[in-house]
Amino acid sequence: MSAGAESMPLATLRRIGSVTVFLGRILAQVIPALAKPKLIVAQIYNAGARSLVIIMMSGLFVGMVLGLQGFDLLQRFGSEDALGVAAALGLLKELGPVVTALLFAGRAGTSLTSEIGLMKATDQLTAMQMMAVDPVRYVVAPRFIGGFVAMPLLNAIFCGIGLFGAQLIGVSLMGVDSGAFWSQTQNAVELNDVAEGIIKSVAFGTACSLVAVYEGYHAAPTAAGVGLATTRTVVTCSVLILLIDYMLTAAFLTTS
Amino acid sequence: MRYAVGGRAIFDGLDLTARRGRITAIMGPSGTGKTTLLRLITGQIHAERGGIRVFGEDIAKMSTKELFAVRRRMGMLFQNGALLTDMDVYENVAFPLRAHTKLPESLVRHLVLTKLHAVGLRGAARLMPSELSGGMARRVALARAIVMDPDILIYDEPFVGLDPISMGVICRLIKQMNEALGITSIVVSHDVHELSTIAHESFLLSQGKVVASGTPEELHRSEVADVRQFMGGLADGPVPFHFPAPDYAKQLLEDAT
Repeated sequence: MSAGAESMPLATLRRIGSVTVFLGRILAQVIPALAKPKLIVAQIYNAGARSLVIIMMSGLFVGMVLGLQGFDLLQRFGSEDALGVAAALGLLKELGPVVTALLFAGRAGTSLTSEIGLMKATDQLTAMQMMAVDPVRYVVAPRFIGGFVAMPLLNAIFCGIGLFGAQLIGVSLMGVDSGAFWSQTQNAVELNDVAEGIIKSVAFGTACSLVAVYEGYHAAPTAAGVGLATTRTVVTCSVLILLIDYMLTAAFLTTS
Repeated sequence: MRYAVGGRAIFDGLDLTARRGRITAIMGPSGTGKTTLLRLITGQIHAERGGIRVFGEDIAKMSTKELFAVRRRMGMLFQNGALLTDMDVYENVAFPLRAHTKLPESLVRHLVLTKLHAVGLRGAARLMPSELSGGMARRVALARAIVMDPDILIYDEPFVGLDPISMGVICRLIKQMNEALGITSIVVSHDVHELSTIAHESFLLSQGKVVASGTPEELHRSEVADVRQFMGGLADGPVPFHFPAPDYAKQLLEDAT
């Protein structure tokens, strides 16, 4: 085995260890950070409210595509009335959390990484340390909490708009009965399905926010370093989202 | 004190003292490790051998809590100001007060406006850092550095990139802070002329050591080659003009073949 091949798992382990230690530092600062609610609210606004347009647009189009594809598939079996169920379950359990998280990584995650990375490159984090202020408490923890809170909220909005998009195509365009669409959805969707989506989005929110703040905080303090960290955020978050999604889906199917 | 990076000694045998209540200038050509020395003094990095004593305590042996307690008594002015870009001037200056005290807002306002007035920027309180010139940003950073009434103020290259007016203003402020508030000041710079007008004592660094020290007048009169080259701004001397390279003629001929 070559030295390079040996160092790869070691480097990965070191990285996982480093991220875990960093998560510990953040968690230790969560309570003190909550004492400054203004900082948290500002970060929920940054990560959440500023992502609303892209989330709503994407939710609408994903829902409309679900409406078209779902109708095409279901009418082959004469079950087009079940379009609402198919769209709702697809959105709540899979598409909502996953697509929201991928969009969040691309919009808010990159923004978090580059913002913290630039603060580091311009000595702002060092200046805080020189003022005897821990940047993890004032910069990192509020952003982490902001992402953690924003993700489930964005997911709920994505699913709501997505279902509206599916209804728009199925009922208004394809002629599915409106009563059947909504009543079947109401009967088929259970609390467990909603919980699955919420748990997934909380897990994705934690993972994406952690990766984004970690990469920013550990970015090389140069223009190239910040660029590289931003790219790593998108790549790592995307892979993590799909990996966590598989693991959680398997866990839910096994326990149900 | 010795400090090395990757086996290469940045400082080896460095020994200097900044006296209480005085302005100490640390000078030296670019690349001599002046900023590294400030990072050592403030406990951001630690010496390999020897130690740095701040308020009589070895900074390397302090716990994070003790280090932060010492830093509350220190102010630092960064080369670029390092203002927090998501806050306006007022909030930047108020930041240490909000982080470390539970003062009522009326008192915070009073202190912030007093410090901003001292640096002549009370009228710029609601401007964002991106709206400030380099000199203004450094003055705001100075207001922030003194808002907790520190015992020591550290200036990292305070004159770099400033026009003569801003340079004069910063120079005057450093002197005022020292005289009016009795703050011990450590100024790291390579601007000989400006430092000569304000420093009580100067240290000249070269090759990881102090090669000369004394009042600015003493340094100007020095016969030491390093000092003469630096103070006189001579292109060649102990610090060679040419970076080490192979023989010029030989290299030209080699390249031609």
